[in-house]
Amino acid sequence: MSTRIATQGRLIDRSKPVRFTFNGKAMSGFAGDTLASALLANDQMLVGRSFKYHRPRGIVASGAEEPNALVGLGQGAAFEPNQRATTTELFDGLSAQSQNHWPSLEFDVGAVNSGFARFLPAGFYYKTFIHPRPFWKHIYEPFIRQSAGLGKAPKERDADTYEHFYFFADVVVIGGGVAGLAAAKSAAESGAKVLLIEQTAHWGGRAPVDGGEIDGMSPEAWIAQTLDALKSMPNVTLRPRCMGAGVYDHGYVLGYERLTDHAPETAGPRHRLWRIRAAQVITATGAIERPLSFAGNDVPGVMLASAMRDYVVNYGVAPGQRVIVVTNNDDAYRTAITLKRAGVEVLRVLDARASGGGALMEEARSLGLRIDCGRAVAKVSGGKRVTKVGICAQEGQGAALEEVACDAVAMSGGWSPVVHLWSHCGGKLTWDDALAMFRPDPKRAPTGADGQPFVAAAGAANGELSLGAVLTDADGAGKSAAKSAGFKPKRTKAPRGDATGEAPLAPIWLMPRAAKVSLRMKAWLDYQNDVKVSDVQLAAREGYESVEHTKRYTTLGMATDQGKLSNINGLATLADALGAEIPTVGTTTFRPPYTPISFGAIAGEARGEVFQPLRRTPIHDWHEAHGAEWEPVGHWRRPYTYRQAGETTHDAVMREVNNTRQAVGMLDASTLGKIIVKGPDAGRFLDMLYTNMMSTLKPGKCRYGLMCSENGFLIDDGVVARIDEQTFLCHTTTGGAEHIHAHMEEWLQTEWWDWQVYTANVTEQFAQIAVVGPKARALLESLGGMDVSKEALPFMTWADGTLAGIPVRIYRISFSGELSYEIAVRAGQGRALWDRLAQAGAAFGVMPYGTEALHIMRAEKGFIMIGDETDGTVIPQDLGLSWAISKKKEDYLGKRAQQRSHMTDPERWKLVGLETEDSGVLPDGAYAVAEGRNANGQRNVQGRVTSTYHSPTLGRGIAMGLVLHGPDRMGEVLEFPGTDGKIHKARIVDPVFYDKDGEKQNV
Amino acid sequence: MLILHCPYCGVDAEETELSPGGEAHVKRFGPGASDEEFRDYLFARENPKGVHFERWRHANGCGKWFHAARCTMTLEVFGTYSAQTTEPPKEIRDAITAKRPGWTWREVE
Amino acid sequence: MSEPITAPITALGGARHDGLARIEEVGLHGMITLRGDLASKAVKAAVMAATGAKLPGQRGVVRGKSGTAIWMSPDELLLCPYAEVDATLGKVTAALGTAHALAVDVSDARAMLTVSGPAAREVLAKLCPVDFAPGAFGPGMVRRTRMAQVPAAIWMEQDESFRVICFRSVARYVFDLLGVAAQPGSGVGVY
Repeated sequence: MSTRIATQGRLIDRSKPVRFTFNGKAMSGFAGDTLASALLANDQMLVGRSFKYHRPRGIVASGAEEPNALVGLGQGAAFEPNQRATTTELFDGLSAQSQNHWPSLEFDVGAVNSGFARFLPAGFYYKTFIHPRPFWKHIYEPFIRQSAGLGKAPKERDADTYEHFYFFADVVVIGGGVAGLAAAKSAAESGAKVLLIEQTAHWGGRAPVDGGEIDGMSPEAWIAQTLDALKSMPNVTLRPRCMGAGVYDHGYVLGYERLTDHAPETAGPRHRLWRIRAAQVITATGAIERPLSFAGNDVPGVMLASAMRDYVVNYGVAPGQRVIVVTNNDDAYRTAITLKRAGVEVLRVLDARASGGGALMEEARSLGLRIDCGRAVAKVSGGKRVTKVGICAQEGQGAALEEVACDAVAMSGGWSPVVHLWSHCGGKLTWDDALAMFRPDPKRAPTGADGQPFVAAAGAANGELSLGAVLTDADGAGKSAAKSAGFKPKRTKAPRGDATGEAPLAPIWLMPRAAKVSLRMKAWLDYQNDVKVSDVQLAAREGYESVEHTKRYTTLGMATDQGKLSNINGLATLADALGAEIPTVGTTTFRPPYTPISFGAIAGEARGEVFQPLRRTPIHDWHEAHGAEWEPVGHWRRPYTYRQAGETTHDAVMREVNNTRQAVGMLDASTLGKIIVKGPDAGRFLDMLYTNMMSTLKPGKCRYGLMCSENGFLIDDGVVARIDEQTFLCHTTTGGAEHIHAHMEEWLQTEWWDWQVYTANVTEQFAQIAVVGPKARALLESLGGMDVSKEALPFMTWADGTLAGIPVRIYRISFSGELSYEIAVRAGQGRALWDRLAQAGAAFGVMPYGTEALHIMRAEKGFIMIGDETDGTVIPQDLGLSWAISKKKEDYLGKRAQQRSHMTDPERWKLVGLETEDSGVLPDGAYAVAEGRNANGQRNVQGRVTSTYHSPTLGRGIAMGLVLHGPDRMGEVLEFPGTDGKIHKARIVDPVFYDKDGEKQNV
Repeated sequence: MLILHCPYCGVDAEETELSPGGEAHVKRFGPGASDEEFRDYLFARENPKGVHFERWRHANGCGKWFHAARCTMTLEVFGTYSAQTTEPPKEIRDAITAKRPGWTWREVE
Repeated sequence: MSEPITAPITALGGARHDGLARIEEVGLHGMITLRGDLASKAVKAAVMAATGAKLPGQRGVVRGKSGTAIWMSPDELLLCPYAEVDATLGKVTAALGTAHALAVDVSDARAMLTVSGPAAREVLAKLCPVDFAPGAFGPGMVRRTRMAQVPAAIWMEQDESFRVICFRSVARYVFDLLGVAAQPGSGVGVY
């Protein structure tokens, strides 16, 4: 059984018990435990079920590489699935649930899949469920979805907060083991600004567990001394619990800091995403031990040898009482020795190498351990935990020589450097035959903006596995990075590391070497995605030669652990099956993040009220207080309508239109873009921007204008007012202010840079209020201040003055067809003027109106709306706006494009009005059908609806649309099939439905 | 995520402060241009694997357009320069030649 | 019945929030955008007339007797006069004379906030891709950048408090953002 032992446990505090639950069962551990170490201390060997076969799975690793021990943590708003027990720090009250089982962890119905494993080989889904097609959607997929999947998605809104932090450093060191510490120190001694981040809560990495001496001290003493030195340097920042998630172009590094996961009651954000810019990056990310591929290597109790050592030394937990160690290298002897010294019975060390190991083997032997060389595991037996191991010769097919009862197996297949962060931004790898590993190729490092390398790997991450070599390598990497960042490294000696020498490992990718198929079918490569040696071999037989294709076919390495344990074993298996060399098969691509990071951390502050900017006009609060229903327009919120008691939204809109047409209405038009264009060349510039002539406009006057892209398409419209000889004020649409200003600046800066023109976007300097309707003039006159008569302020002019003592500029322009004044007032007085108008307007029956009433009134007048009548393919000529296109100008943006044959084609659909036969409302976007069918068997079309409303003024449905030869077909009736199955009929009419002669606006 | 030096305000701006504007040094053709000239002006763009000249705007910054010479393969930046020029200036071309001997761009080398 | 207020008001009515840093909307503040040839005598005279300050250099902020001049781009300054903005704009226009330039009142188009206190640098560094470390950013410097999802201009006063300006319509968003960034328990502890 797995249990806490009386000795060891350097990271736990036995004086501080911690209570937690697992699947509702109360358990206890100590402060400093991980959830994994605490589960093992409670003899909880079974922690989850595998993805495909629902096989029982136990803890196999002790760090970020753990594939099996994924749990759901927390409850309700704090629930989070797929958390690794090995990287979860234990805290009082922690609640964890195992995943991927039904109805319970102990008894799982889906485990029946395991019995049919032979029927679920690689590519099974592709092969089996593809036909007949409809079956996939209705039968196979729902079934598979029910039984598949890892943790469940949380149902409640996340209660935690998250944030980003931008940080800049000369050298960023990722990984706080002895290599990272040495590299950070040697870099920092040059004066460079250094950031050192470590994913766990502890500094020093594996060194305190693995032993040896550094500068004559124990690793722990050296780590403490080096940390003190780093903390005393003002140019160094140290962050534990901060994982290097990714390394990107131009020195961009993401650090994922977990602030309160270990202490959920603490105030403040849960995670912080560090968005770091580094001149140089050192990846001191260590190495990960590889499993060995033998039958039953996934039975709970089979564990990486280094992990078993970690649990003993760091947490005082022995994952078994009777252990068998199996290895192809010397490092596993450290585990055997550690176990023996901790009082655990080590039954055998099975060393697959015929000649065994070196000094460590001798040390183990001197402790009285039995060591069998040239031996392998034939098969591990056991369901929910290991019960016995069959032992065979490595050189053979797996005929068991003997069976030994035991409760745990420690396996070591050698070490793989963690090259992920080196590789994220293009660092290449080279195969080291002696160590059987891919290691960073320093000649092919990732390069930055200056074309020079900006990432270096250090220590075990660089393929250096002995303590002495690790420290020398890291010290050099720190100095070299400082130098590349423009600093002068100090001439200090590298820390000196001493550890026992090791004999070479033997590359072993299958145990035993010629294992028969029944064993290979139980030899797991990828624990989380249930991929076995036999699956990869099958893929190779079926013609998959590329490792990237094999990965996708078998799903090897595609689970949440991204194949940290399985990739090298998998591609070695593939290479073997193909009869190719490992380096020619190559690796799959390493992509960020290194381990999954929370969505919350990615979103940062952007949630709730500040999810995205919400733009408010100066009159926003009034609208809100008066029942506005909001319509988002870009980031703005505009009132759609103001509903009164007892009204539907439709009623309110109808009332607003009627009141404006019959009495007077008020619209908050502050969102309209306003751009000042000034300079000796301002007129010339606007003549290029607008299709019509603006340079001839007289000061004091207004003119409606159209803007097109160079492609000829209509992009914006609005009224231009000439302020003085050199100054124009251009109104844009609400959505257009920023991009039209940018459009102007682009042409001024990049094409006509010798023209003397300056622009300024003054959209938000002014609130703008439209006062509209037959009583508009009377209302303004009641406020007093300036002459707003027809004579003093005729249609399409503007004037400065005051209203109710407030300075204003009034434009006599109309988007409704009514007598209309658009009043610009400085934003800070916008609300005051609105209040005055509302107050004084009561006597005239004034009511505010929203965007829907605005739209109906403009449609009644046949005025186009950018975004309704235009969609990026429509030119002004399509919309009957030829009157606004200058024939005299030699050039304007879009003119050449509008001369193209497709633009002058008489078959282009043209704007018309549409009146429904039954007075109803046409469906928006509906198409008018024509005779016959096209090549796809669809009805031919001859037009479409661009705007459609119920007009209270006319008491019927009105619409605008683009129709083939439309203006020549007045009176014809078109058919518009709706998505409701009905055929809507409408007659082609003039698009101006109301006051065709413009008598009402020009009074 | 790229960093480009804005030659107007002197800031080393990361990509989130910038907006891209496509290929640089495209000559405008207007009325009077042939269909082919106009087509190429609007639609024909270089798509090199290697040295490329492109337009960027320091949108969340000083608002100015500038040009960058960049390798589309390695993302190496050879330099940034004023947008108010019709071809890459000599110092930029020299900087590229030093790093990529034998490179070509249109008829300029 | 009291007369309704018609005097100009700011976007947030002087709102204040105390967290790791103090965030406060500055009251009415004159702001004039001046575009022109910054090397010209006319622009120098206009800057002096409005603020009593010398022309700021690239990304510089210069404080004068009657206001502050802030460099916005190679052909744009922001002048922040203390006194009545209309009168100051008149002086600027007069000083510019016939030179090709554009001077326009943008006081109401913007909101100005202060961010002060020992954690101010960290609070801003959570929202902007800018190095706010001491030594990298200090008094007399201005940075136009992105604050979360909107543009902003940020400079530092001699007392190490920051001034932030943004568009008026997003004043509430920026104020709320800074409040989130200054939430208790979120100190980074690096500056």
